Amino acid sequence: MGCTAADVVAALRLAAGVIQEHRDELVRLDQAIGDADHGENMRRGFTALLSRLDSEEATSPGKVLKLVATTLISTVGGAAGPLYGTAFLRASAAVGDLQELDCDAVARALQAALDGVVARGKAVVGDKTMVDALTPAIAAAASVDGSVAAVLSAAADAAAEGAESTVPMVARKGRASYLGERSAGHLDPGARSTALLLRAFADAAAKA
Amino acid sequence: MKKIINDPETVVQDALRGMQAAHPDLLSVHYDPAVVVRADAPAQGKVAIISGGGSGHEPLHGGFVGRGMLDAACPGAVFTSPTPDQVASAVSLTDGGAGALLIVKNYTGDVMNFEMAGEIADSEVRSVVIDDDVAVQDSLYTAGRRGVGGTVLLEKIVGAAADRGDSLDACVALAERVIASVRSMGLALTACTVPHVGTPSFELADDEMEIGIGIHGEPGRQRVPVGTASEMVSALLDPILEDLPFSSGDRVLLFTNGMGGTPLIELYLAHGIAEQLLADRGIMVERRLVGPFITSLEMQGMSLTLLKLDDEMVSLWDAPVHTPALRWGV
Repeated sequence: MGCTAADVVAALRLAAGVIQEHRDELVRLDQAIGDADHGENMRRGFTALLSRLDSEEATSPGKVLKLVATTLISTVGGAAGPLYGTAFLRASAAVGDLQELDCDAVARALQAALDGVVARGKAVVGDKTMVDALTPAIAAAASVDGSVAAVLSAAADAAAEGAESTVPMVARKGRASYLGERSAGHLDPGARSTALLLRAFADAAAKA
Repeated sequence: MKKIINDPETVVQDALRGMQAAHPDLLSVHYDPAVVVRADAPAQGKVAIISGGGSGHEPLHGGFVGRGMLDAACPGAVFTSPTPDQVASAVSLTDGGAGALLIVKNYTGDVMNFEMAGEIADSEVRSVVIDDDVAVQDSLYTAGRRGVGGTVLLEKIVGAAADRGDSLDACVALAERVIASVRSMGLALTACTVPHVGTPSFELADDEMEIGIGIHGEPGRQRVPVGTASEMVSALLDPILEDLPFSSGDRVLLFTNGMGGTPLIELYLAHGIAEQLLADRGIMVERRLVGPFITSLEMQGMSLTLLKLDDEMVSLWDAPVHTPALRWGV
């Protein structure tokens, strides 16, 4: 059985809660190597998303994803707004009008999200960005043949590892790059939020 | 954290209300999405000059909205770039039929949000990216040089060109020329505290200063013992002079900027030293600006900006400007 629009909404509500719980952690991570706004920006975006999910009905998974994109683009700001916004916009386009997402569609959406992030931010693996979490996640998702929950769980595990891999890296993109060598030794906040979101999606799929 | 605020969540919109109350003749503030617009917008037949960025740098950018400078400014959350819908809204509120020029400071978020705004705006939109901060040495392995003090000079000069009726193409060409001719560097004596964070952005000991800071409370490139004012001015001016480079016989505008928490007495003191150092090198300071114009909340510190002038830039600098933060010739 695939993911319906209601399942996607449930996953996003779970994700919004996770972002709110981890708001201070993301602020602290960003304070160390950036400008201390990532946690607050993500909290603002996902809080706005919750109120839109309450007030608007999206009738397909693709429409829900598009609602996420437009909400994040217009409320998050910073680098995360355009990057996550583009990711969800591309994911929405990748699944089209499908009423239910099977594991192939989910893998396709994840791949499109990564392509969008790379096109918008021009980062590559090793730059100490969310791409370091997303790239291994997409590879892991593509290698799993099973349920949507299994695909997302593999993606979430790989994203968590990918995020941890940013700790020793010297940043080459974003505001952390101004620190040069001083950026090493810190977890990248964007990679961390990507890993948190994928874990929330996987947990939601496992419950569905 | 001690600040004159009611609620960290509403700092930006509460401050915008105050700006509207203080400058009803100059500004019209829109709140959803947040845009500060010239009270008489749109100016028909004139290129609209639009900028924006995170809040916390006041008077940049909203304080520069008015005749001869910006048509609109888009304030983001504190130290966070504005969103594409804010910028697109600014374009539609100010486009008088001659197109819009977006002035973007080179930060990852700002560049991406303004790029998306250009994609969704209905009008003819061009953008320029200012990256005048010489403290970022290695552009290849970073997000590139940051836009800092030069932004103020760019907005004034290009705003004057649009005010006299220059075309969008001409405004873009002039902006590129200013960007190629301006260099800046800053230092901090203290960090600053973002309202929604509540703690200082970095720790500096009483006897330390941070050289090469940006304008978002981010640490700089180098932490050194606090020196004399003369040592501080040299630490900023030398890399600026070497970078362009500026040399004997050049005509320049010298902009001594306060980061928000440094009093004017110290800025004038530093400015005097900088003028003397430039005179010693045969560089002619023809125009000046001294004061806190692009700030980092309550941070103590300063930045120096040098713009290599030509006759056209001088006349555009001198042209009338009527905004909350800069006003002359009117």
